[in-house]
This record gives sequence, structure tokens and C-alpha cells, in this order.
Amino acid sequence: MDIKAYIESGILELYVAGKLSEEENQEIYKLLLQHPELLQEVLEIENAVVKLTAAVSPSSKGFENLKDKIGNTDTKVVQLQPKSTNWMSYSGWAASVVLAAGLFWTLNQKSELKQTIQTVGLENRYLETQIEDTKTDLAATKNLLDVIRDKDIIAVPLGGQGDFTSSFAKVYWNKSKNTIYLDAEGLPEAPEGKVWQVWSLTLNPLSPTSLGTIDDFNTDDNKIFTIANANESQAFGITLEPKGGSKTPTMEQLHTLGVVASDPS
Amino acid sequence: MELELLVKQFQNKNHIAFEKLYEMYSKSIHGVVYNIVKDAAIADEIMQDVFIKAWHKSDTYSSKKGRFFTWILNIARNAAIDKTRSKSFKQKKQNLSTDYFVDIIASHDNLDNSTDAIGIKKFVTELGEKCKAVIELLYFKGFTQKEASEELQMPIGTIKTRNRNCIQQLRDMVL
Repeated sequence: MDIKAYIESGILELYVAGKLSEEENQEIYKLLLQHPELLQEVLEIENAVVKLTAAVSPSSKGFENLKDKIGNTDTKVVQLQPKSTNWMSYSGWAASVVLAAGLFWTLNQKSELKQTIQTVGLENRYLETQIEDTKTDLAATKNLLDVIRDKDIIAVPLGGQGDFTSSFAKVYWNKSKNTIYLDAEGLPEAPEGKVWQVWSLTLNPLSPTSLGTIDDFNTDDNKIFTIANANESQAFGITLEPKGGSKTPTMEQLHTLGVVASDPS
Repeated sequence: MELELLVKQFQNKNHIAFEKLYEMYSKSIHGVVYNIVKDAAIADEIMQDVFIKAWHKSDTYSSKKGRFFTWILNIARNAAIDKTRSKSFKQKKQNLSTDYFVDIIASHDNLDNSTDAIGIKKFVTELGEKCKAVIELLYFKGFTQKEASEELQMPIGTIKTRNRNCIQQLRDMVL
């Protein structure tokens, strides 16, 4: 039987209105016993109709008036027994109180233990994440070490310039891979609206080529940046430039500079 | 089910069960009767008579025949219609207002600000004319599907589906 279609037919609304035939009523009653969703539907319809019809009433009378009219003939009068101390009953009650208290205590314990387990579980997961993080860090560090240890690498220390003597950086240049690894931990954070820009320089004549800006400098953890460099660089410099970078370096903002040692090969 | 149990206790002449059922349905019964007789005092009287009658004839109710609410609703409608046909009533009330239940609800100053009351008022003001007529006839006046279809000059099947849609709107408002 298609319950949904049956509900949609509107027959249950008529059932609540009370204007179906006796056979139909009996049939629906049987269906209600078999299908809880039909019963639920009837209850909701009835509830809506009860509320709607109640809303029409301008007042409502309490039950008190009715009480006298139906009489109290059916009320059974129970004779009170004379009081006597019933020790059995008292001790029974006492035992049940003790039992109840015990149960309550056990339940309490149980819920406390549950909580502890939850907390420990949480801690476990936290520690697992930490281990995971550490593993990743380690892998990254090993990777870095491999890069620096590469026999083809040229290390270029960049010293602080002018007013910025406390700044320093280091460039590891892998010529065969046309890549430099810039270790810029010795640079301060770039102020708002400014960005670090890396330059490759040839000295005679002096001509700078931008290797790009380090946009994620402030958020990077290890301050080591991998930058492509296919130039025949003779020196590297880092300047602080307005956001977006500049075409030529602003020399007053040249923080570090380092010359590449004469070709070792 | 709780309601079924309550009705059984009521049939066993349990006063508390009776009082509970009274609390659940007396206002609705009063509303239906009032909509027919249009007089609060007379409606009070009939409503009480209806419940007393239900109490004394409780053994004639069976859940196989329909809902308890529907049963008592039937008793109430019949009692109210009987009243309007009585001589005394006809003399007293020369011309009954032709207000529908919607007009009565709309005319109530909000007696209680329950969400249901507000929802129902909103419901009746937004209700389409045909919904008003269908609900009035089927629930308040106790028309059969056939009688309603003749009165409203609509096919029988349309009455059934339209009524479902109308009640659905009501349910959306009050449940």
C-alpha cells in the first residue's frame, strides 16, 4: 500500500472531521494500528483542528462547574488503618534508599570515568598531531641539509649595508639547477606596505636584475626561500621595496649585499 | 498510546482522566458550538451538556469508530444544531449572524498571546475564500463530503484534496 498517496488523498482529514462511513472509519482504524506514520499524520491533523476550533471560543469554562454535575458517586472511600509502626516497611524503605544512593554513586563514577577517557583520547590525538608535525619538520630540515651539502653549491654570505649592519642573509646557489636558496633569517619583518625584493647583480657594469619579491616573508616559518636564478650573477642584494616590488633597487633601502666568490670551477 | 489510555480510564469513570480530556477539548468544543449558536452563554451551557452526556454515555464510544475528539465533536455539533432548531432559541435569536469561524477569530482581540493564537489569526487572515468555506462546512458545520460538494458546487474529489491543502496550511502555522 502506498502510504504517501493515501495521506495525500485527504481521507485522513475527513476522518478527523468525522464524516466518513462506519466501514471507512473501521478500515482507517486498522491501518492506523499497522502504520505509525498514518497515526502520526492523524494526530497532527487532529491537533491542528483542535487548536483552530479552540481559537473560535471567546471564553473557556473551567472543569469545576462540571464536577458537581457528574456527582462523586464513583469515588471510593478508603478506610484509614490505625497507625502502627511497621518495622518491615521502614527497613525496606531504608534499604531502598541505600540502594538508590549506591546506584547513584556508581552512575556518577561511570560518567566521571567516561569523561576521563574522553580527555585522554583528546590528548592522544593532540600528541599524534605533534608527532606528525615534528616528522614533517624533520623531513624538511633533512631536505635543506641535502641542498646545502650539495657539492655544486656556492655559498654567498650577504652582509648588512649602511644603516642596516645588523641585517644579514645567506644565499646558496646551485648553478646547475639554476636555483638559489635564500636564508633570510637575519632580516627583520617587512613593515606594512613593504616587501623584500631580491636582486641578482653584475658588477662591471653594475646592473641589477630582479629575482622577485618575497611576499610570504612574514608568515614563513624557517625564512628559507627557493628562488629561480638563471643569471650569471656576480653578487646578490636584498632591498626593501614598496608592495609589488620595484623595477630598479632603491639603493637607500639596500639592507644586505654579498659578492659571489670568483668562480671556483 | 497515552491518549488511548486516558480515554479508557475515562470510560472507567475516572474523574481525573475526564478532567484531562475536558482540558484538552472543552475550548474546541465551545468554539464549534459558539460558531453555530453565536452566543457565549448558550455555548457554555451546551458545551457542558456535551461533556456530561459524553461522561454518561462513554461506553458507547469505541476507538474503532473514530477519534475520541471526533466523537465528542459530533455530539457537540448535533447538540448545537438541535438548539438552533428549538422554539425558545428561534424566538430569542431572530436572525443569526452569518459570520464564519474566520470572522469570529479575526474579531477576537488577542486574548492570549500564545504563539498558537497568533499563528491561527495569521492563518485565517491569509486563508483563501475556498479554504474558509471548506473548513467551515466540514469541521464546524459537520457537512459530509457530498453535502459540501453540493453546497460549494465543487466535485467531491476536489473537496477532499482542497481540504487537505487547507489543513496543511493550518498545520504549517500552528505546529
